[in-house]
Amino acid sequence: MIEWTLEILATRYAYALMFILMGLGMYMMIANQNLVKKLIGVNLFQTAIFLFFVAIAYVEGGSAPIVPAEGGESVASPLPQVIVLTAIVVGIALTAVGLALIVRIHAEYGTLREDTLREVRADE
Amino acid sequence: MSNAELLPPLLIAMPILAAVVPIALGLWFDRTGWSVAALTTVGLFAATAYLASAVRTADDAQITHVLGGWNEPQGIGIELVADPFSTLIALLVTVIAASLLAYTRAGGPRGNAFYTGYLLLVGGLLGILMTGDVFNMFVFLEIVGLATYAMISSGDGPESAVAALKYLILGTVGASLYLIGVGFLFMATGALNMEVLGEAIPQIADEGGSDLTLLRAAFAFVFVGFALKVAQWPLHAWQPDAYQHAPDGITPLIAALVSTVYAYALGRVMFTVFGVEFMATTPYLQEIVVTVGAVSVLAGSTLAVVQQDVKRMFAYSSVSQFGLVIAAYGSLTETALVGAVIHLIGHGVMKAGLFVAAAVIALSYGARSVDEYAGLAENRPLAAGSTAVLLVALIGIPPSAGFVGKWYIAVGAIEAELWPIAGVIFLSTMLTLAYAARLLEKMYFTPATPVESAHPPGVATDGGLLTGSDRMERGSPDAVSLGMLVLLVGIVVAAVLLGFAGGAFYEWLEPFTSEVFN
Repeated sequence: MIEWTLEILATRYAYALMFILMGLGMYMMIANQNLVKKLIGVNLFQTAIFLFFVAIAYVEGGSAPIVPAEGGESVASPLPQVIVLTAIVVGIALTAVGLALIVRIHAEYGTLREDTLREVRADE
Repeated sequence: MSNAELLPPLLIAMPILAAVVPIALGLWFDRTGWSVAALTTVGLFAATAYLASAVRTADDAQITHVLGGWNEPQGIGIELVADPFSTLIALLVTVIAASLLAYTRAGGPRGNAFYTGYLLLVGGLLGILMTGDVFNMFVFLEIVGLATYAMISSGDGPESAVAALKYLILGTVGASLYLIGVGFLFMATGALNMEVLGEAIPQIADEGGSDLTLLRAAFAFVFVGFALKVAQWPLHAWQPDAYQHAPDGITPLIAALVSTVYAYALGRVMFTVFGVEFMATTPYLQEIVVTVGAVSVLAGSTLAVVQQDVKRMFAYSSVSQFGLVIAAYGSLTETALVGAVIHLIGHGVMKAGLFVAAAVIALSYGARSVDEYAGLAENRPLAAGSTAVLLVALIGIPPSAGFVGKWYIAVGAIEAELWPIAGVIFLSTMLTLAYAARLLEKMYFTPATPVESAHPPGVATDGGLLTGSDRMERGSPDAVSLGMLVLLVGIVVAAVLLGFAGGAFYEWLEPFTSEVFN
């Protein structure tokens, strides 16, 4: 069992790291009271997924997927990297909208903390 | 290439390009947004109707457009596909999007930026419907998400910003989980095209091995991601806030279309990509899907019964109605699948109508909570009558859209020998009756109280029509335009007429269901 776990970790440490990073992002989203930090948690969560995609594309000893590839050499799969580029753009748009909402919340309630926000809203 | 093949990309490009126009024209003119949105959505409806007729006459009942003409054999190039299932929902989307403009014309929200968001939302929804590529679907999911967050936060009160941020964080998690699922699918098969995936997956399911484990993980991530987006219990927490605090003119759009299209996307991924065989052979998969749906039905309607705010009550009712659709997906029979599609359409029409009615009542009667609806039938008979008919349809009393969907789902569940679903449908009907009856009783049998409304009318719209001085005692009937009433009556008639269309839907969906179930 231990050997099996060690072997998995030694060969697939990238995936393990990605999922730890994802867990950290999720934890920040849930446990942090500060709205901006929550949004950073969302970003961390998404970044972990992007890195996961890049890890899928990795080929042992492969070179960068630039055309024309030098004869017969194996290259990393370009498709997941293209996917990640698109997903990064989507992520930036989401962050922008989220920050705009946070600016509005701060202007209206004068706080960025979720617990304070709950109290202010309960008073109204 | 025939004309119809150009329609799927046009349906997506047209609203997204038109979304720029109101902002650009806004440099010179103040109020152009509505006209641009009306022109575009009516054009989209015409195009969708033409596409639907083309799908009907096409050889294999689908119309495919390969973007960029890139026919990659491994299924990596992006395809747009219109088939009976997607065109049916596309018709619902374009009809509701075009007709709701009759409300926003006078009821607000106004402004060019608002209509830009409106068109982006419609474009994203049509994108989800037309795409035949799992990653492309993620991109459109996020476009719809972004437009929805912006729409929700366009309400006047600061509460709407809080609700939108909550939705943004949870919605992003949902879409990201779906993206992980896509990653696992790509690892297992090396393809992203839905049709190619649909052929590759049964083979992998037969061979077994580590690729099968990847597929199962992919299904788990995709299902949880969509369960969050469709608002299934216990992942529904964002939805009541979002629906309640969105501007009145926008709630019908979001409630009727966004969740419906997410549910379509889940059905598409479940049946076209994973396929019935994979779902039937994976241990506990069917049980889990059915349980999530059934629990949502019960939890959603129970929570709806205890709500005071009418919009919030309808929001919880959505949780329960979509639970029914998910449970129907899980029963894996042809009849239940058709029932799920009919229920999606019927629920879309009925919920749009109920939220329009709630908006009209808030505007003209100043009533937002169940208690404030007292005496409505006497003072605003048309609005009260429409609400009553739609509520009766939602309960599922024939002839109505709500009845046919439930009937087909129940028959399908019994075919699959999933008796608990039939029981849950019965229970949910009782619970729907419980919250509908509260409202009916207030409207028809409780005399109006002279109490001044706690919420001044027009607070959630920026119409500027209802300032404190010219407001009558309880809202102003003058604020309701002819367009709103025509829209409301039209939806009520549609909700009743759809009750007779069960057979037509069955026939229309036949090419899709026969392909899914061979």
